[in-house]
Amino acid sequence: MIDLTIIWAFIIAFAVFVYVVMDGFDLGLGILFPVFPQKTDRDVIMNTVAPVWDGNETWLVLGGGGMMAAFPLAYAVLMPALYTPMIAMLLGLVFRGVAFEFRWRTQKARNKWDIAFAGGSLVATLAQGIALGAILQGIHVEGRQYAGGWWDWLTPFSVLTGIALVIGYALLGATWLVMKTEGELRERAYHLSWMLLVAMLCAIGAVSIATPFLAVQYTQRWFAWPNIILTAPVPIAVAAVTALLLRALGDKNDHQPFFLTLALFALSYAGLGISMYPYIVPQSITIWQAAAPANSQIFMLVGVSILVPLILGYTAWAYWVFRGKVRPGHGYH
Amino acid sequence: MFEGWDAVVLARAQFAFTMSFHIVFPAFSIGLASYLAVLEALWLATKREVYINLFNYWLKIFAVAFGMGVVSGIVMSYQFGTNWSSFADKTGPVIGPMMAYEVLTAFFLEAGFLGVMLFGLERVGPRLHFVATLMVAIGTLISAFWILSANSWMQTPTGHAVNADGQFVAADWLKVIFNPSFPYRLVHMVLAAYLTTSLVVGGVGAWHLLRDQHLAGARVMFSMAMWMATLVAPIQILAGDQHGLNTLEHQPAKVMAMEGHFQSHKDGAPLILFGWPDQKDARVKYAIEVPKLSSLILKHSLDAPLAGLDTVPRENWPPVPITFWAFRIMVGLGFLIMGLGLFSLLMRWRGMMYQSTLLHRFAVLMGPAGFIAVLAGWITTETGRQPFTVYGLLRTADSASPLAAPAVGSSLIAFIIVYFAVFIAGVIYILRLMAQPPHPGEQGPSTNIPARAAGITPAAGAVEGAR
Repeated sequence: MIDLTIIWAFIIAFAVFVYVVMDGFDLGLGILFPVFPQKTDRDVIMNTVAPVWDGNETWLVLGGGGMMAAFPLAYAVLMPALYTPMIAMLLGLVFRGVAFEFRWRTQKARNKWDIAFAGGSLVATLAQGIALGAILQGIHVEGRQYAGGWWDWLTPFSVLTGIALVIGYALLGATWLVMKTEGELRERAYHLSWMLLVAMLCAIGAVSIATPFLAVQYTQRWFAWPNIILTAPVPIAVAAVTALLLRALGDKNDHQPFFLTLALFALSYAGLGISMYPYIVPQSITIWQAAAPANSQIFMLVGVSILVPLILGYTAWAYWVFRGKVRPGHGYH
Repeated sequence: MFEGWDAVVLARAQFAFTMSFHIVFPAFSIGLASYLAVLEALWLATKREVYINLFNYWLKIFAVAFGMGVVSGIVMSYQFGTNWSSFADKTGPVIGPMMAYEVLTAFFLEAGFLGVMLFGLERVGPRLHFVATLMVAIGTLISAFWILSANSWMQTPTGHAVNADGQFVAADWLKVIFNPSFPYRLVHMVLAAYLTTSLVVGGVGAWHLLRDQHLAGARVMFSMAMWMATLVAPIQILAGDQHGLNTLEHQPAKVMAMEGHFQSHKDGAPLILFGWPDQKDARVKYAIEVPKLSSLILKHSLDAPLAGLDTVPRENWPPVPITFWAFRIMVGLGFLIMGLGLFSLLMRWRGMMYQSTLLHRFAVLMGPAGFIAVLAGWITTETGRQPFTVYGLLRTADSASPLAAPAVGSSLIAFIIVYFAVFIAGVIYILRLMAQPPHPGEQGPSTNIPARAAGITPAAGAVEGAR
């Protein structure tokens, strides 16, 4: 007997991960905007992502809509618990999303929209990271509802995860620029990648050290026998990918830094999955308690199995159409 | 701040505010995407330059409007959880899959092909580019299909059961999706989107014809838009009438509010044209009415009895004044739009289509009418189904999140500030683009120049002129 709920947990996790992969570098470019004050650089940076940003953010809608469909109880508990970070994220995304078009429509206010793009990206990322930390540290649930206050999400730990995600997305953005640009802009992206990689390793370390001090106990999950046989490969793989990433940056390779950073994200994400399973709201609601009834799961599974491969196909095609380096004055705009 | 306020009222205000801002953009982009597909098809078929000029002209406007629709739409998809968590928990198993299908079948399709549509003509060639345009247009229509199905299920729920946790679950998906009000609502809204777009296109065309009667691009867009208004406005009025009869069958209290019928009428109900509905006193003050006409419209008989809100418990009454007035605004604009269509037909027949300044002024004035009508229509249907979110089954007051009033109040203020700042800027940019005449030499993708000028940035001259 196949457990549909587990399949759905993987599908939602997949959607959220694809979102992180695709919108991560996209938001990272916004975070890095202040470091590139020149107009020509900013035009190129925008043009590397202009044709695809909209599709990237659609995965966020799938994550939200899919969660409401597959795990309505979790959606109903988590969203009010994360009210302020969620609203902040949405408003941040409004600012950065419209900037893609607006900054080409005005010369006078272009700088204003550049600030909107940078600020919106930063706020959205920080809010996502804080939301993640707030989920990990546990949420007060009574019955079928969130029962905490509207500032519960704000703790030193959630701020730490917020900053960590900003660093992570910035690293994705920097390595994306290494891949998609050339000349002086690419050189600077290299230097940024070095600094950000060091910062990201510090951030991963800090989050790992802080986690055992949370009210919710994850240590048991990672270090108890025999779990450790399954969990040990994760930190080992992180070390291996880091070594490869250092070498790729040393070689000034075009593509490897970006994809190895993605691998680092994938491993951190797998680590999160190991920590949380089988809970969807840590220590209070499991995926089975939150799951929608089987006929909702089956109805959607039909669509997902046919449509997601199709979506991945035409999304890949769109990226392929706009492949290669972007040069000043030869953007899509 | 906001201590002592009702959190549910604030949440409703926030939903109404963000939804009203959002719906304006899809209403426009559904129609505009189809129009762009038609323009590109005409260009491919005839190779006439005017079509590709118009395509590029409206593509720039589409890009700005679509971007605003996307970001305001992401807000909507999360607001069910942040502000209406009880609703999300209870209806998630039914509404959730429909919204997930909307994302999978529509949003990805639009987003996936939008980049190619906006920037890719030189990279993929005209034929594949047309496919991309077509996919975006189809995507907008599929999106309308799912979201209107979900909304209609909330208005006229069928095909569901309730499980042990108090959640709605689907018993029959086909009955859930094709619930009784869905076909009417879908037709009414898609036609509304097409009319809205045709009024905008017609208004812009007329604006430029008032300056230069011989401008080829302005002539073509004005003529196309007026054909649309002429043909679709009467169909829309018919569709609206059918939708109303369907509402009478499934949500009679909504129709009572639309008509201002507080009292039942045993032998023929009057049609109240105007008046001031007083919810407390349960009567319409200063009513101007036509005897028995309402029974004729709704029951096709002058003497047919018609029940009023006095047959409905007071706690289930919708807010009559809003529903009553929003309905009149929508209907009034509908007839004005039909009037514009007929007037343009007369001028066309007399060969005065491009010369009649009266027609052009009328068309410019009617440019935003579609948006107002769409908003008024949605306000009618959404206030008219109160006090329920799932009609007759789940009350609005039982749908909200367990949030404190200050939290909702603060976010409402944040939304108001941000939306006004951002979307007014966007509307100004769109109006600036519209203020330019369709450039006779509008850089077409067939010319082999750098993408910078062929894409959505207007030709250099047009940019300078805009400032």
